Amino acid sequence: MLTFIFSLLIIISIIAGAATGNLRELTEAVLNEPVNAVELCIYLCGGMCFWGGLMRVAEKSGLTEGLAKLFALILGGLFKDIDKQGRAFKAICMNITANLLGLGNAATPFGIEAMKALAEEEGAGDTATPSMVIFTVINTASLTLIPSTALSLRMKYGSADPIEIVPAVWITSAAALAVSVTLAVLPLSGKRKRGKKL
Amino acid sequence: MTAAAAVIPLIIVIIIAHGLYKKVDVFSEFAEGAKENLKTCAELLPTLIALITAVGLFRASGAQELITDFLSGFFDRIGFPAECLPLALIRPVSGSGALAVYESLLEENGPDSFAGRVASVMLGSTETTFYTLAVYYGAVRIKNTRHTLAASLAGDMTGFIVSVLTVNIFFEQI
Repeated sequence: MLTFIFSLLIIISIIAGAATGNLRELTEAVLNEPVNAVELCIYLCGGMCFWGGLMRVAEKSGLTEGLAKLFALILGGLFKDIDKQGRAFKAICMNITANLLGLGNAATPFGIEAMKALAEEEGAGDTATPSMVIFTVINTASLTLIPSTALSLRMKYGSADPIEIVPAVWITSAAALAVSVTLAVLPLSGKRKRGKKL
Repeated sequence: MTAAAAVIPLIIVIIIAHGLYKKVDVFSEFAEGAKENLKTCAELLPTLIALITAVGLFRASGAQELITDFLSGFFDRIGFPAECLPLALIRPVSGSGALAVYESLLEENGPDSFAGRVASVMLGSTETTFYTLAVYYGAVRIKNTRHTLAASLAGDMTGFIVSVLTVNIFFEQI
């Protein structure tokens, strides 16, 4: 996929550059943009390391696990089919907590563990189970409390108030999550009810 | 937005205080966690170099301007900033690609412009849908993902539309 995007962008750029007479600008971009990329990486690195360090403290102190228990209350209603004491449900709660805290590195391993445990508990073949659909959909929505990447870059480009967007981010994430989870659950609940009648 | 300004310091204080209370070696664990993310950051660099250069070329060649000009009539009419369209297109597909597009957008329009704010909210409130699906279902070799993709993409679409709405509500006087 990235090969496609990368090649397409470069080919279109060179054709468009030649057509509009921007070849000089193109050459300048080739020389400057890789430097920009390194600069960007260094810029993001500080914040990423700081939050990574802080979140590891939260993990070690058991704060993350405590939060996961809290979320179990809310999540129980969504994952009706699975054992609330089981490995899958615990991994789901940890994954969602890690996501919320912006612990991308921790969230993915928990997510994969949850999927594997779900596959075992629900005996999935090559078709996704209802819990898998709901869980994956939750993970494709952004649950982050602090959108740290956007904040760092806003600061880099001299925003007067980088964090002013945070409330808008929360509302937008919540709306996107509500829509995708509803669309994930609705087709399933219809089938569940029909299944019971039969 | 004083409430938002208080959130970050508050989170930091709670985590450190709870760590001290539970007798965690706060400093070495912090350093360890920072080191893990340093690795992630280093692994990100080659991808970023490739994509930022490609996006930079796309902008320098005039191709982006041609497309944005072509589409802006329609998108401006529905109130969607056409500058944010490339970000919306690449966001579900590639995280580092979205980062490259976002950076170029901020450089061009500024972070406090309408497009800059909408792009910030978009980036913060959506995820790399295709990547997540590939990783999660790939791990358990599920081929039939049923309506996962449709529901996820509907969520992304909602995110794009609502980010325009929230930026309008919070920052523009209508």
